[in-house]
Amino acid sequence: MTSSTTPAAPASWRARFSGGASVRLESLVVLVVLSAAMALLSNAFLSVSNILNILLSTSVFGVLAIGMTFVISSAGIDLSVGSILALSGVVGAMLTSNLELPWWIGILGCLMTGALTGAVNGFLVTKAAIPPFIVTLGMLGVARGVALVLSDGVSIYGLPFQMVWLGQGRPFGVPVPVIVLLLAALVAHVVLMHTRFGTYAQVIGDNEVAARAMGVRVERMKVLLYTLSGLLSGLAGLLFAARINSGEPTAGLNYELTAITATILGGTNLFGGRGSVVGTLIGALIMGVLQNGLNLMAVRPFYQQIAIGAVLILAVWLDRINSSEGWRR
Amino acid sequence: MSLLELKDVRKTFGAIEALRGVTFSVEEGSVVGLVGDNGAGKSTLMKTITGVYRPDGGEIRFNGVSLVGKDPGEIREAGIEMIYQDLALARMRDVASNIFLGRELTRNMLGVKLIDTKRMRSEAEAMIGRLGARVKSVTQMTGQLSGGQQQSVAIARALTFNPRLVIMDEPTAALAVREVEHVLDLIRNLKKQRIGVILISHRLTDVFSVCDRIVVLRQGTVIADDATPDTSMNAVVSHIVGATDGPQRGAHP
Repeated sequence: MTSSTTPAAPASWRARFSGGASVRLESLVVLVVLSAAMALLSNAFLSVSNILNILLSTSVFGVLAIGMTFVISSAGIDLSVGSILALSGVVGAMLTSNLELPWWIGILGCLMTGALTGAVNGFLVTKAAIPPFIVTLGMLGVARGVALVLSDGVSIYGLPFQMVWLGQGRPFGVPVPVIVLLLAALVAHVVLMHTRFGTYAQVIGDNEVAARAMGVRVERMKVLLYTLSGLLSGLAGLLFAARINSGEPTAGLNYELTAITATILGGTNLFGGRGSVVGTLIGALIMGVLQNGLNLMAVRPFYQQIAIGAVLILAVWLDRINSSEGWRR
Repeated sequence: MSLLELKDVRKTFGAIEALRGVTFSVEEGSVVGLVGDNGAGKSTLMKTITGVYRPDGGEIRFNGVSLVGKDPGEIREAGIEMIYQDLALARMRDVASNIFLGRELTRNMLGVKLIDTKRMRSEAEAMIGRLGARVKSVTQMTGQLSGGQQQSVAIARALTFNPRLVIMDEPTAALAVREVEHVLDLIRNLKKQRIGVILISHRLTDVFSVCDRIVVLRQGTVIADDATPDTSMNAVVSHIVGATDGPQRGAHP
């Protein structure tokens, strides 16, 4: 037994603070320090309209990161979220704009496209036993390609106003996508921390063999997890298309990078076993603040890519230095 | 009717015949020792009983009902628990959620089944207390416990749901002498409660001290199946290693 060599760590102030909910205090500190720095560097940063802007831009990849949290908790990965986002948006736009079907079919179309594509990922991971990294990397190409083929590579404009409201509406001044993100996060938090589904997702990431031996239907769970990630990608695709009032085949490029980074920053174990939706929300906000701050300082977008990639590597590196758990196996 | 009946159970992995027709049975309240060299097929056989593997042939009956084709959850539900050699614990979760792994207690909230952590913790605490295990708190992360404590958690999990048959795969291999005695006492206790036990162990002294019958597995078949008083340490050892000059008794192929 390897663990007998590690003495039980005394309950640290950090462990007590997080109450085992695995929200990393560090990520909150990073968010506060980063925000303070941005506020010092730019007068516009702390204005209400800018904060709403940050939340709005966070909402799309935030929704992706929620699905990613479940998948990474189970020791999987979903690289196809950005492409599924684009495909879903294109399908939703085609249904309503080209085929002139009602708005609710457009919404259902986005969600169903995402869920179905995710289910295909899940079946390939379980039935064909292909590693999730490969399956979703392939799907990253396939879904993007299908989106380009369907749309002929051009944007599909003119969504019904009900759909557009989902992206541009501001009840009580709060953008609808922000409300959607918060609602999705609330539901996801309860599911991950307080239901069998969420528990099993994490147990599969912790010890898949044990999960199976104890009666967890691991294959079914995995199909559901990738379907959930696809469904949320479809939701993100809907929000994205609604916000710009068009189905865009090139939408969500590199969003998998942002979503994975947000998830890891939030304290979800890269190798599975432990996940936190609240942490992911904080991680997504860090990404949002970073992008917004760089925008305000008129840093060219090219550099933002560098920043996001560097943050991902840095977050994993710090995690490696900090924790023994998870890196041993 | 026996509690558990295995008849001609077969399992192959590619070209490897792990089980070549295993037949034996376990009675209610009896302790059967299953011994054999590494690779004899003991663990494969047990995982076939618990539904982790599906047999390629033969019949497995529990209380007269066939287990073939059932998944591990259904087989646990039927009353068979196994304590795996690697303990099968989720190390990043606390003791209580490991004890209830796969059988979480839930409460209804607006039609949604939420996990009842409070009740799980108090029941896990009671179980750990009954076993006299030295686990400080059921909210401790399982991966931070000592080997013996982790063993206690795995045992508590197997015994919490009133099993009728408990399979133990090398339960004493990682334990200190005093802890070994504790596990053997526990097996005697299960026997008193009319629970069937299959004990897999390399420690023949343990096997001889608690088992009613000893089944020797070699190259995927039962090479000997004797009541403990009718056999000897020497006989069992020669069966295990396949020496032909040992005393030959009981069932032979």
